[in-house]
Amino acid sequence: MRFYKNLSIPQKQIVWAWAFLALPVLFYVVIRFYPTANAFVLSFQEWNLLGDRKFVGLENYAKLFSDPVFWKVFKNTFMYLILGTPISLVLSFIIAYHLDKVRFMHGTIRALYFLPFMTSAVAMAWVWRWFYQPVPIGVFNNFLASLGFAQIEFLSSTTNALPSVLAPAVWAGLGFQVIIFMAGLRAIPQSYYEAARIDGVSTWTVLTEITIPLLKPTIVFLVVFSSIGFLRIFDQVFNMTTNNPGGPLNSTKPLVLLIYDTAFNGFNMGYAAAQTVVLFTILLVVSLIQLRLLKDS
Amino acid sequence: MKLHRLRTYILGAATAALTAAATSASAVEIEYWQYFFDARVKAMDQLIENFEAANPDITVKMTHFPYDSYRTKVAAAIPAGQGPDVVQLFYGWLNDYVEAELIQPLPADTFPPEKIEEEFFPMVKAMRMGDSYWALPTAVRSLALFYNERMFDEAGIENPPTNLDEFVEAAKKLTKKDGAGNLTAVGITTGMTAQDHHWIREVLIRQFGGEPYLDDYKKVNYENEAGLKAFGFYNDLQAKHGVTKAAFMDEPQAAFKAGRAGMHIDGSFRIGALENVRGLKWGVAELPAGPDGTKSNYSSYWVNAITSKAEGEKFDAAVKFMEYLTSDEAMQIWLETVGELPAKPSAAMTDENVNHPVYGPFIKGLEYAKTTVFANESAQRQTMVDMMQRIELQGQALEESVSQAAGEEQKILDEYYNK
Repeated sequence: MRFYKNLSIPQKQIVWAWAFLALPVLFYVVIRFYPTANAFVLSFQEWNLLGDRKFVGLENYAKLFSDPVFWKVFKNTFMYLILGTPISLVLSFIIAYHLDKVRFMHGTIRALYFLPFMTSAVAMAWVWRWFYQPVPIGVFNNFLASLGFAQIEFLSSTTNALPSVLAPAVWAGLGFQVIIFMAGLRAIPQSYYEAARIDGVSTWTVLTEITIPLLKPTIVFLVVFSSIGFLRIFDQVFNMTTNNPGGPLNSTKPLVLLIYDTAFNGFNMGYAAAQTVVLFTILLVVSLIQLRLLKDS
Repeated sequence: MKLHRLRTYILGAATAALTAAATSASAVEIEYWQYFFDARVKAMDQLIENFEAANPDITVKMTHFPYDSYRTKVAAAIPAGQGPDVVQLFYGWLNDYVEAELIQPLPADTFPPEKIEEEFFPMVKAMRMGDSYWALPTAVRSLALFYNERMFDEAGIENPPTNLDEFVEAAKKLTKKDGAGNLTAVGITTGMTAQDHHWIREVLIRQFGGEPYLDDYKKVNYENEAGLKAFGFYNDLQAKHGVTKAAFMDEPQAAFKAGRAGMHIDGSFRIGALENVRGLKWGVAELPAGPDGTKSNYSSYWVNAITSKAEGEKFDAAVKFMEYLTSDEAMQIWLETVGELPAKPSAAMTDENVNHPVYGPFIKGLEYAKTTVFANESAQRQTMVDMMQRIELQGQALEESVSQAAGEEQKILDEYYNK
């Protein structure tokens, strides 16, 4: 107590700040940092959930990098990112840009775009999964068949499956991105637009010289946010391919699903931890690159 | 003075410990763990009630967990000296549990191996390691052929097929297509992700004269004539006869439930789900026999075992409880509540059970059923799923695809057994 009394006021403030921070710090150490560190250690071990953990050095990583399935999955994960992020960003920007100008039933339309984002990913994935089925239950194929066209194999084709799984994921994320874009659009001062109108500048120039440059912070946020989302895609893939997770022939399997499978079907925890460390590294590197590229120009 | 007080404490603690021991001597409490599945919990409640009535000095406390976290909880609790004295596990996990020293062998005086082998169905042998049995099932599951009676009547088929030739013929008659040639009802459901991989492994390969594995399931043995014939037969159902499509209507059981599949091979655990489907009239038959009349089936089961934590009087109580769980009475209760089949012929092969229109064919299958010892069931199944998809989607030759799958599966087995 005397020790506390002898402190200066700024020092006391620091003591109090740490007193209040203690709880979140403790929480993060126990819930976040400890398991993370543990996962790193585990990635050098062999463990089947039962029994003791055994150190095996770099064996898990060696096995991972020589596994063709891992490289296939690695490629898929980036396909989700490379297709998903630009498509969803362009779509949501176009929608937000035009929705911003619409006055008629503005709130309703916005709510309709936002609705899929609030729906549970599991329920949505299952509904889309049934949409994609061949005749007699799939909506899309029944429609094609009734017009006399040949059926399209959506989920049971090695080439169409990944885009088919991605489509609902993009659709579901759209609402959120539209809202963020609209907030960004609203934040641009009207005076720039007024000045442009006085100068008689074309709509295209206004878009490319005023709107998009001033939206940069919004775009940076959305790119990073949606990239992390697509790199971690799991719900949609797992639920749309539960019978053969990540199939057919691993053509839709993302890294997270591989980790899940290794850990909870194979009970190969060390190997799964190594895969997790790789995912962590990818997320870190991709986020850093994007922040670097988009932040300063 | 201080020392005196310490002594009082120690004396007090000792007295308390003694009293506790005395109370537990009059009523031993043992813990039983299983994963949560409504019917299983209900059946176990009833078994515990009966057991406690017969053994008033023992109480059994049941704890259950969601399936996902079951294995983790068991693994964490037992080494810490907590958790169950008797535990339920899947037969395929036995190796892992024994290696991790979570369970102990059943005492040979109460459960002599010769007696078990005499009393139980033969596939229970998989629970023997060395000279002793480590776990025993109350109930087992097997496969049978479900068929849609309405579709059979429409197609003019009187009896369910008894061999593979009749099976293909029936499937052809049951298949329906629309004007553009799209399938609207399949003769037989197929889907390697459902039960078909078991059907091929333990049934078709044996029926075409092979043996799926050698050396206690450590060596893959279907990259040969019998294997090729079995996979060829299966592949022809879709590729040549056009009586099915893999994953038609998403899932085989969904197609059968919706009345859009004439026949469907599935396990006894499917009975409950089909019982209350409105407008579906279905029957069950034994799996069709092979070209030379060979019958085979696949059986899987959950077993109960005594954990390494149980010692002294708890061990004795656990042994008594295990005896009850493997009694004919317990098996009949399990059959009636859960719909799983008794693990002993003495309980299963009663006239009533064998002639039962639904359970009968499954129970007959148990007599010649085999149990695959898996190293990693889902990974081994995946090799077969991929095998068929390489043929269907990428046009790979059957022989090449079977050979690739055999190689992949052997690698899984080698990694597991040679670590």
